[in-house]
Amino acid sequence: MKVLLALLSLSGPVLAADPEVTIQLHEHHFAPSEIKVPAGTKVKLIIDNQDATPEEFDSFALNREKIVFPNSKAIVFIGPLKPGRYEFVGEFNQKTAKGVVIAE
Amino acid sequence: MFAATLIVFRESLEAALVIGIVAAATRPIAGRGWWIALGAGAGVAGAVAVAAVARSISQLAGGSGQELFTAVVLALAVAMLAWHNVWMASHGRQIAAQARDLGKSVARGEVALTAIVTAIALTVLREGSETVLFLVGIASSANSSRAAMVIGSVLGLVAGGAAGTLMYVGLLRVPVHRLFVVTGWLILLLAAGMAGQFARVLIQADLLPALASPLWDTSSWMPDDSVLGTLLRALLGYQAQPTATQVLFYVAALVLISAAMRRAQSRRPAA
Repeated sequence: MKVLLALLSLSGPVLAADPEVTIQLHEHHFAPSEIKVPAGTKVKLIIDNQDATPEEFDSFALNREKIVFPNSKAIVFIGPLKPGRYEFVGEFNQKTAKGVVIAE
Repeated sequence: MFAATLIVFRESLEAALVIGIVAAATRPIAGRGWWIALGAGAGVAGAVAVAAVARSISQLAGGSGQELFTAVVLALAVAMLAWHNVWMASHGRQIAAQARDLGKSVARGEVALTAIVTAIALTVLREGSETVLFLVGIASSANSSRAAMVIGSVLGLVAGGAAGTLMYVGLLRVPVHRLFVVTGWLILLLAAGMAGQFARVLIQADLLPALASPLWDTSSWMPDDSVLGTLLRALLGYQAQPTATQVLFYVAALVLISAAMRRAQSRRPAA
């Protein structure tokens, strides 16, 4: 039970609003391509795809994948993360669509 | 072009392995080839239909529609695979005994087939709709390398199909009396992997908490995007950095389905 409570507490406070970060996707580039988020708390990522083609936000490090439709926004909750660097890509345009989440 | 190959290969791998394993698991059942083709065909049609309305789906539930839809599809697929395994647990020995009899076909496999055809359709639908969206993206872009990307995508699909065929051919070498034990285990692991994915998408939508994230980190010696990592991901639901929530769902599926199989086996009807 103690272990379970400890595990639950890792998921962060339930009542406090989660910090939000918006990343724009323009001509298959993320802007900003480097985002800083607080470690140890859940963060709401908003990916704003301004291109006319769909993209898949993809990150093995963050354990996330989500289709982002043309000219629309997608929400992805990440974390709580340990301090460190977490790379992500736009899977459909990996050469240019690259970024990193830095948790600190 | 290579990037397109890799994307389509990754998306098609899990579905191809499911089809390969299921084709082997239903080997003695008459006309199962048609049923499998029907499942795959329905899956492709479903994938196109889902891709067409995916944008609307994604906007449901406050932007978490995509995750909810995927979760429902995954849950149904797990239920179907579980159903198949439980049915096989009570009838498998009988089927194996008949199949050994000069490869005589077993007619009474309808229940197992219904479950399996649905599982195939759901898996193809889930993986396929992302591929369709990717291909539509290529088609609608003014990219000069469009033709190369299409060829790359086809190669990816062929590679995925080859992996599934390899799995099938490999399983054919297993003697019939052991085949159902092997395919039963493989299907059990596929189902558990899908249960883990079910937890992952719900965490992504903030509908489940990410307990102990990550529970372990094996990304330095077996990264998710390595060849072995990709294969184990499709087959066993491997992840280098899973949360405890995913592992809980994985283990729960494993325990519950195998318990149901054991129960069915002990209540096997007289042949």
